[in-house]
This record gives sequence, structure tokens and C-alpha cells, in this order.
Amino acid sequence: MQQAIVTLDAIRLDGHGHRVLDGVSLRLRARRTLILGPNGAGKSVLLRVMHGLLAPSAGEVRWEPVADSMPGRAAPVAALRAPRLAMVFQRPVMLRRSVLDNVAYGMMVNGMAPAAQATARDMLGRVGLAHLEQRPARVLSGGEQQRVALARAWALNPDVLLLDEPTASLDPHGIRAIEAIISEIAASGTAIVMVTHHRGVAKRLAEDIVFMHQGRVAEQTRAAQFFIQPQSQAGQDYLKGDLE
Amino acid sequence: MSWILASLADALSLALSLDPKLVSIVVLTLKVCVTAACISVLLGATIGACVAVGKFPGRSTLIVLLNAAMGMPPVVAGLVVYLLLSRAGPLGAFGILFTPGAMVIAQVLLITPIVAALSRQIIEDAWREYEEQLTSLGVSRMRAAPTLLWDTRFSLVTVGLAGLGRAMSEVGAVMIVGGNIDGVTRVITTAIALETSKGDLPLALALGVVLLSVVLLLNCGAHLLREWSVRRYG
Repeated sequence: MQQAIVTLDAIRLDGHGHRVLDGVSLRLRARRTLILGPNGAGKSVLLRVMHGLLAPSAGEVRWEPVADSMPGRAAPVAALRAPRLAMVFQRPVMLRRSVLDNVAYGMMVNGMAPAAQATARDMLGRVGLAHLEQRPARVLSGGEQQRVALARAWALNPDVLLLDEPTASLDPHGIRAIEAIISEIAASGTAIVMVTHHRGVAKRLAEDIVFMHQGRVAEQTRAAQFFIQPQSQAGQDYLKGDLE
Repeated sequence: MSWILASLADALSLALSLDPKLVSIVVLTLKVCVTAACISVLLGATIGACVAVGKFPGRSTLIVLLNAAMGMPPVVAGLVVYLLLSRAGPLGAFGILFTPGAMVIAQVLLITPIVAALSRQIIEDAWREYEEQLTSLGVSRMRAAPTLLWDTRFSLVTVGLAGLGRAMSEVGAVMIVGGNIDGVTRVITTAIALETSKGDLPLALALGVVLLSVVLLLNCGAHLLREWSVRRYG
């Protein structure tokens, strides 16, 4: 069995007079976990709690330490450290500067300034936007901005990338482009935890599915099994289209 | 009615002929006001950014005070600076009362709260939009402040121009601390007040035309800059 990436222990979050997350306990092991569920299930909020953007009312999020390699040593494991997290939002915020500077910004503020410009160029090449590096980021299309956001997050070399509906509002071509980038990021060794509404995207990308309903985890299963035979009634209703 | 038209014609003639007396007043006005506006933008935008992203006890009270200070009567600002700079005052030893320096200080006192309050609102709105994104990138609140200042730069230029417009049109404070001394501290607004009381309407009108033109140019500049920035940077 794979080692856990993160453990969520009885997470509860109350807000605006109602319970948004209600005792969520999870252990994510897969390199690509997709969180599915109907509107208002608490998926995006859960992702924010995992990142630390929101503090839970109760419960605990425990990220497993990762091995840090020391340059110049043959043995890969020299020390353990907290995993680096990065997040991409449904509507990423583009700073009022060029595409290149947007991607470099994350590195500049994280002590990676010397390599920032070169790495940013490399990342833009990988997401297919090298030709737009000097364009103001805010004038790009939604799909292009999402690719810039992915490049910005990827440039931080994260151990875990949290994605909040990155394919929402995109056309099929844009969705495929984003999927290809996410697959490449996953192949580079970054664990993916992604919230989505697109069942097709989930089918193509997921190893594991976490299905949420009314602020609780209804089930956590292998993706192949979920799409054939979900264990929970809510999961069955969702796949039938009775739950949106 | 005819004397108004005659005065206006004389005024335009003075303005177009670049009358030396008029030019010296306009130049001094621009020197004092631009210096005061630049200092106020540096101080006010920094204060505004810190208040916008900061979390500290008394923040709400400070915001109320900043907003209230926008309406500070110029004569009160002038009086405060006069008391500080007068020979018996705590800063009297510097001997800068009735100099352009004193006028700059009075205008900075008057404009900085305006720039700070407006900047605070603009930067706080931007912070609401950027907060999750910047936090997810590991940016602290204080590190976010320069990013927000840079990203709101075009709006802040407009705030700076509003401050400059306030300085250009202000009369009470500069009259008190400058003394309206001919060739030393006489600026457009104090000259208009003096010339009107003396009955020299052509010069007063000419100065008024120049003042209105400068304010109009500033507003045109601010409008064009915003239009360009929206087209260029989205």
C-alpha cells in the first residue's frame, strides 16, 4: 500500500450559521486524487482547509514529511521536510504585469529569484505559452490564464498541487490542454489533489476518487471502481445525474 | 457686463503674453504643489497600503480618523503648521515660516490624509481580490503590500493627481504659513484673493484661467492614463 500523502482527521468547519464540513476524515495515498460531488458539497472549502487558507473549526490536517535530497550525495534521502504545496484556483488572479513576470513572481517571493526568469520561460514553454511571455497576463483568455496559473504553481516545484476546478468554464479544447498539463505535472512527481465537476476529466485523470455530499465524505474509492459501481447512494445518484 | 468682458480680454492677453509676474506666480505654485503632492503620495500610499493589509488593534479607529482627516479645514492645517513653525514654536529654530518650505509642509499635512484614505480603499479592494492567490504563493501580508502598490499604480496616480488638484486649489493654509509675499510665497490662489481685493480683475482672472487650465490638464492626463492602462494591462 502507498504511503499516505496527507491525513485529515475529523475536520469540521462552521461558517455563516451552518456546517460546511462535517467530520471529514481522509487519508490520501494516490498520486492523483480527484474530489467529486454536487454543488455545495464542500469540495473547494476542503481544498482550502488542506492548503491552510482556511482554518478548520475542529480537526487536524497532517501532511506527511517528504524526503529532501542533498545535492552531491548519491543517497536520495538525507532529511525530511514539510511538503511544498501550491494551489491553482478556478478563477486565477493575474497580476498586472506580463505573463513571464506572473510566472516568475511566485519564485521571486519564495527565495528563488536568481533562477526565476529562466525557470519561468521553461515553464511557459511546457504549457505552450512561450510566444505570449511579454503579453500582459490580464488580457489573455480564460484558458490561457489558467495555463499561466498552472505554470506559476509548477514553477514552485511543489510536492503537492491542489487544483480547484481548473477546467470550469473552458471549452473542450481548453479542457484537454489543461488535462495534458496536469498529467505532465503528475508525471514529474507532483501529487495532484483536484476538485472538479467534469466527470470526463475525473475519469481520465483520477487514480482515486473522494466523493463528497453535504459536507461529508460519502465514499473514497479507486476511480475505476467508482465509475462502474459507486458504493454510496449519493455517488450512484450523482452518476445517474439525479444529484447536481 | 462689458467690464467683465473687458477684464476677461485683458486676462487672456496677460496669459498669452506670458507676463513675467504671472509666470513667476505659476512657476512657484507648481513647484510648491508638485513637491507637496509627491511627498504626500509617498507617505500616503505607504500608510494606505499598511492599513489596507495590516491586522492590528485600533485599525478601524485609524480608518475612521483617516477618512475624517480628508475633510480637515485648510485654515486649521495652516494654523497647526504656523504654531509649529512660529518663532516660539517647537520648530521655530528652523526659521522656515513664510517660506515655500512652510507652504509645502502645510500642504503635505492637508493632502497626505486624502491620499492615505483613498489609497487604503483602493489597495484593500485589490487585497480582497488577491488575498487567496498571494497567500497560496506564500506571500505574507507585509510582503503583499508592495505587490498591491505596484498593481494599483495607475489608480494611485489618479489619487496623486487628486491630491495635486487639492494643493493647487488650496488658499487658506498657504496664506497663513506663506504670508502671500510678492515674489517669495505668492501662489495662484493667494494672488487671486489679493488682486480681487485690490480690484485688479484682469490679473486675478488671468490667474484663474491658468489655474483652471492646469486642473483641466491634470484631469485629462489622469483620464488618458487610466484608459491606456486598462487597454494595456487589463
